[in-house]
Amino acid sequence: MLGPDAIRDEGHYPETVPSFLVPRERFIEAARGMKKVGARLVAEWATDERVMKIPLPFKGRDRPVLREVEGVGMGFGIYTCFFLDSEYIIISYRIPLEDPSFPSLTKKFVPAFRFERQMRSLMGVIPVEHPDPRPWIKHEDWPEDAWPLRKDFDPSRPMPRVKGEYQWIRAEGEGVYEIPVGPVHAGIIEPGHFRFQAVGEDILHLEERLGYVHKGIEKRFEALSWIEGVRLAGRVSGDTTVAHALAYCRALEAMTGCVPQERVLRLRALMLERERIANHLGDIGAICNDVAFTFLLYQFSRLREVVLRTNAKLFGHRLMMDRVIPGGVTVDITPEGREEILREMEWMKKEFERLVIIYDENPSLEDRVRDAGVLLPEDARELGVVGFVARASGIGLDCRVQNPFPPYDQIIPKMTVLNSGDIHARVWVRIEEIRDSLRIIGEILKGLPQGEISGRFDPPSKEGSGFAVVEGWRGEIVYWLQSGPRGEINRCMVRDPSSVNWIAVEQSIHGNIVPDFPVCNKSFNQSYSGHDL
Amino acid sequence: MLRILHQIFRTGIVTEPLPAGVEEEIKEVGTGLEEAIRRRFQRSLTIRAVDAGSCNGCELEIHALNNPIYNCERFGIHFTASPRFADMLLVTGPVTRNMEIALKRTYNATPPPKLVVAVGDCGCNGGIFGESYASLGGIGKIIPVDAYIPGCPPRPADLLRGILRIIS
Repeated sequence: MLGPDAIRDEGHYPETVPSFLVPRERFIEAARGMKKVGARLVAEWATDERVMKIPLPFKGRDRPVLREVEGVGMGFGIYTCFFLDSEYIIISYRIPLEDPSFPSLTKKFVPAFRFERQMRSLMGVIPVEHPDPRPWIKHEDWPEDAWPLRKDFDPSRPMPRVKGEYQWIRAEGEGVYEIPVGPVHAGIIEPGHFRFQAVGEDILHLEERLGYVHKGIEKRFEALSWIEGVRLAGRVSGDTTVAHALAYCRALEAMTGCVPQERVLRLRALMLERERIANHLGDIGAICNDVAFTFLLYQFSRLREVVLRTNAKLFGHRLMMDRVIPGGVTVDITPEGREEILREMEWMKKEFERLVIIYDENPSLEDRVRDAGVLLPEDARELGVVGFVARASGIGLDCRVQNPFPPYDQIIPKMTVLNSGDIHARVWVRIEEIRDSLRIIGEILKGLPQGEISGRFDPPSKEGSGFAVVEGWRGEIVYWLQSGPRGEINRCMVRDPSSVNWIAVEQSIHGNIVPDFPVCNKSFNQSYSGHDL
Repeated sequence: MLRILHQIFRTGIVTEPLPAGVEEEIKEVGTGLEEAIRRRFQRSLTIRAVDAGSCNGCELEIHALNNPIYNCERFGIHFTASPRFADMLLVTGPVTRNMEIALKRTYNATPPPKLVVAVGDCGCNGGIFGESYASLGGIGKIIPVDAYIPGCPPRPADLLRGILRIIS
């Protein structure tokens, strides 16, 4: 499908995720082929490779021989990652500085819509035939030629503000009015702007404008060492700190060939599942609160608090930040700690099931959460959504199942897939996941082997790259790391589930009423910080 | 309905007592808070939380203040949806360039006298995000700050203690 002139990048790890370089003019054909076989576009990103020295055919072979070769180190790399039949594949090509344009994939793959706007805004590469020229994340008061991900951009210099206005999509007609919401919202949540076009209570159209919490994370990675990078990864989205740190570490470990001990792998999975339980508990309660059923908010937040307190006691941090590091974890559990978790999980199971019955039997809740905020399976597929949002709309995606890393190859998670795509489906998928995570934690602890909790970590070699996916509680988190000519971080691409799922909120809201927006939005609960980076 | 009532009676009031160490802490801080709020704020301290660019870790812990275990309303602390009713702004950071204007507007919309508390390591000094084209650093760089509550993120007990410190 990629043609005879595709070159495999031998400097890319892990080997199970192949990375190919194709000639620029061949790429669109490859993308067409991917579309035909029904692949999903996982991510699309650009790199500034003007600094690179090793041409691709020599990668991973005569590494010590650094030489200037024509055609190398002259422009940008455009990378795409596809997922097909539980396998990931990366396809890339190079474009020169003088003509930094590339064919847009938006008309074939909807997720490319925002990926490409972002690439244009932050790297200054132009997607040709992209239907929307407006910037994304880069607000209109940035200078137009400020492309922070380029190597010649100095991130320490403050940017001047220029004049400019975002062009909203507007509806017109009798009785149509506009409701602007945000960026500062009424609750204790992150900032973003929503603009509704409505008639009476009915929503005609919703447009999101994000980017308010853009902290320059991807650029910041490039100024950090490999070890420091994991602290930043753990703060891409604070509610998903374990999963992000883990994805970063796994990409890095793939590059260095480091294989952590079985005990480490199990402790990581233990924290990952505890993070999943804590977030699901909090969110189910918050959804009930948004339909004025505060009883369950307080009940579920009580359970969540119990999990966090045990985290603080056993792992030294309520959210378990900075517990996963390259090559290991920073904290071990004692036999008493193990018993304590097992006891807590037993207790939790009983408490939780009682609340689930109340949720399930309450007609006033049912009235609000059924058939509201529907994301149809065909739309979900088209939008390329991931995580519990996908599983509630008929798409069986879970990287713990399809691309299991230990211990998930032995302890197989049970995947719940529902088809109705409404608020209730998203809640119910998460209820089932709490049940399953409780079971998984029990199995992890049952077979917890002895061993060291951290091993030796060597930095990766020059000009290689590494890839990893981890199923966080929101869904598939993707990291792609690239080392530069001095062995430093040249690029760290982060794709939080929110980067693809936010657009589904816009689509699911059609035909709903304005007062239902908060609960619809909550049922997705995507991260602003993870999206804006 | 019976199930709900049963669950309510079964659960009872879970608001502290807590495990010994923490209980002492909350009790002590809580009593102080209640007293200070009664004296200086007519029994009601109204807070507006503003996320000026955080990773959302701090928001989770601010949220926890409202859970039935910390139950901050019993001390007279109430979170409001509008800065117009607020006595205090609880601001998490770092302040991003894209939030700078919104933060200043929120600050200006809050009637004086007002207190501003910078929450979290990033709110104090920009944290791991530092100062860059996109992250302008701590809250104090953009609006006047009266007190700082460090931590990554600060625990709910740290938040309560920090609030007590500033109002007494």
